[in-house]
Amino acid sequence: MAEENRHIAFICSKGSLDMAYPALVMGWAALGNGIDVTIFFTFWGMDMISEKRIDHLEIAPVANTSMKMGMMGVPGNLGIPNLMGVVPGMTAFSTSLMKKKMAEVGAPPVREYLQMLVDGGAKLYACKMSADMMGLQMEDFVEGVIDVVTAGDFMDLTDGAQMLFI
Amino acid sequence: MATRTIAGKEVQVNDEGFLTDPAEWNKDIAIAIAGEEGMGELTDAHWKVVDFCRDAAGKLNGKSPTLRQITTGTGVTTKELFVLFPKGPAKKVARIAGLGKPEGCV
Repeated sequence: MAEENRHIAFICSKGSLDMAYPALVMGWAALGNGIDVTIFFTFWGMDMISEKRIDHLEIAPVANTSMKMGMMGVPGNLGIPNLMGVVPGMTAFSTSLMKKKMAEVGAPPVREYLQMLVDGGAKLYACKMSADMMGLQMEDFVEGVIDVVTAGDFMDLTDGAQMLFI
Repeated sequence: MATRTIAGKEVQVNDEGFLTDPAEWNKDIAIAIAGEEGMGELTDAHWKVVDFCRDAAGKLNGKSPTLRQITTGTGVTTKELFVLFPKGPAKKVARIAGLGKPEGCV
């Protein structure tokens, strides 16, 4: 086939547990359908590739208007009051709740999911400005990160790709 | 529903070229579709995946299992799976195994 393969690129800028999954799910679907995948991690998204942080991504209930107690089987639209959300342990609680919910639908933890994408051929890059800002180097990242690149490099690497910012 | 002849057998297919009746499938059809997909000869490793999917589809309403179900079910690694069925294993496996596209995102 002379035609160039479809290519999709994700920019992951968030480090919370819930926002780690969109690129993983869609990237995995893309690979399964024969589409090339490139992911650029920037700002808080660096947590997704940081060896120290990847297993400790969290979700906070404070100011999260979508996280209702319905997730815990409480009927109705009752939310977790923000005032309660600041109680020590509430972030850990909502994090473990979400991890349980993700496991129920068969989604693996972030580290394992990301490894699946790497094994499936996804190319991962870390943002140079974020790495400099956070004092991170290649040895701080999980296996599969190819390089630390500038935003300009990333534009070159994704020439012609469809782009998604998360 | 369209029909087409693969490996000398007339089968029903949907508009994406997936067999709609898993019972119409046979190994010659798998080999012919693999050829159409630009793959070489099907090895034992390919058949291990195809056989697993055929078995699993019984419980999945005739749909192919997801890639993760395949890797956990067969012991074939993700890397190997993408080498065996390059450029889109999810669809490719389903088509060769005569099953519907996997339902599920993992």
